[in-house]
Amino acid sequence: MFATGCMRAIPICGLIALAQCYATGVWAAADIRLATTTSTENSGLLKVILPVFEAKYGGKVRVVAVGTGAALKLGENGDADVVLVHARPLEDKFMVAGFGSVRKDVMYNDFIIVGPKSDPAAVRGMKDVLAAMKKIHSSGARFISRGDESGTHQMERSYWQGAGVDLKGAWYVSAGQGMGQVLTMAGQLDGYALTDRATYAAYRDKTGLDTLVEGDPKMFNLYGVIAVSPQRHPGVNAGGAMAFVNWITSIEGHKAIADFRINGVQMFFPSVR
Amino acid sequence: MEFFGPTGEAFRLLLSGDAELWRIIFTSLACSLIALLVISPPAIALGFLIAKVTFPGRRALVVLAQALLSFPTVVVGLVLYMLLSRQGPLGFLRLLFTPEAIIIGYMVIAFPVLIVFTLSAVQGADPRVYETARSLGASRWRAALTTLFEVRFGVMAAVFNGFGRVVSEVGCSIMVGGNIAGLTRNIPTAIALETSKGEFAQGIALGFVLIAVAIGINVALAWLQGRGGLD
Repeated sequence: MFATGCMRAIPICGLIALAQCYATGVWAAADIRLATTTSTENSGLLKVILPVFEAKYGGKVRVVAVGTGAALKLGENGDADVVLVHARPLEDKFMVAGFGSVRKDVMYNDFIIVGPKSDPAAVRGMKDVLAAMKKIHSSGARFISRGDESGTHQMERSYWQGAGVDLKGAWYVSAGQGMGQVLTMAGQLDGYALTDRATYAAYRDKTGLDTLVEGDPKMFNLYGVIAVSPQRHPGVNAGGAMAFVNWITSIEGHKAIADFRINGVQMFFPSVR
Repeated sequence: MEFFGPTGEAFRLLLSGDAELWRIIFTSLACSLIALLVISPPAIALGFLIAKVTFPGRRALVVLAQALLSFPTVVVGLVLYMLLSRQGPLGFLRLLFTPEAIIIGYMVIAFPVLIVFTLSAVQGADPRVYETARSLGASRWRAALTTLFEVRFGVMAAVFNGFGRVVSEVGCSIMVGGNIAGLTRNIPTAIALETSKGEFAQGIALGFVLIAVAIGINVALAWLQGRGGLD
């Protein structure tokens, strides 16, 4: 909890780190600022694939891990060269507004519903996410929501909308925190939560939660990479951003993503081109 | 980076009486006030005792209290979290992620502030106040109250400083409160959240409220002290 609590401070720490890099000259012009979601960082994916890219590219990738909304905001303000996020409607809006020069599909993983082993709403094994969420609501069990405008939160809201559930009442806990904290909270409060599989894999043992609902095609989670437009922000590292976009969508990049495992299980699946 | 757009939006939110925004402000002020109301009497009494009574280990206690003044609130949060967690010794109370947990955290954070400020106020008072009161037949209890009344502005400063410290802290609130909308979301945790969402307007609005509270506290204190000087 302590370590994850610190994640709130990451945007600020990122800025301080940037300032220090400039001051000490550690920062190289070739370095790339990547704004991305907490899921890619928390799951450990970036730690594995970025060194492969950096070795080839010859520069460093500086990662700021925040929610999708905030990551896109960083790109919008020219505070990032490239963004890697998962909320297609927001990405499209970003592109239409002219903040990005290129957008490409990168990979997908899937969402699952996790909950207490006792499963008071009896949704274990269900395949239909909307029916399962209706059942959770009518059972009176608690549901812990990210409530932070992240890609996961947007996805969750679209399910509730599809299920026609009104989100008023004490059963719906809007945590306003990252995926890790929400899973911790669900474990503590015997609640249900929607999570990406990768973050859950890292928190399964700590929280004691079980995977209850999975496999609905609606639960696919597509990640896109966007190079921030140098027309909007002449200061961005456009060359580096394009190199990253091209690499992560190349056969070599796809292989690095597919090779990333947690406990032997593949977490992210490259998008077929 | 736009700055003035969100700031204008911030004032609009505040003035339009946005229910969610005012609920956050209410949570912050209510938790802080309750915590201070509960912890002030014992902490002030303890500060008075440490100032007046000599006993072995007193010096060490004073040093400890002063050191706790700068104790990081995230560590208070961490320890409290471990105690209140389902797996922790106090897990059966089911207090984690409730306003009560935040209030407990606030009491722990304010406790040393109250002790140290009261202690120095009482030590700065003329010792003859207590002695005179005693010689005039006052009980110890009565004489202690007389002394505390004599240094009431120092004691007030203690309470106001304790309030200022808890109302602005984020680490403990987010850990044991969990930043739950409509329940434990307070001003500092909401600012952290809004910023992480890229929504600066509400963050700025709440920032203004927090600054207004801080200035209000200091103005109130100065006003009370000013009146005291005229008495």
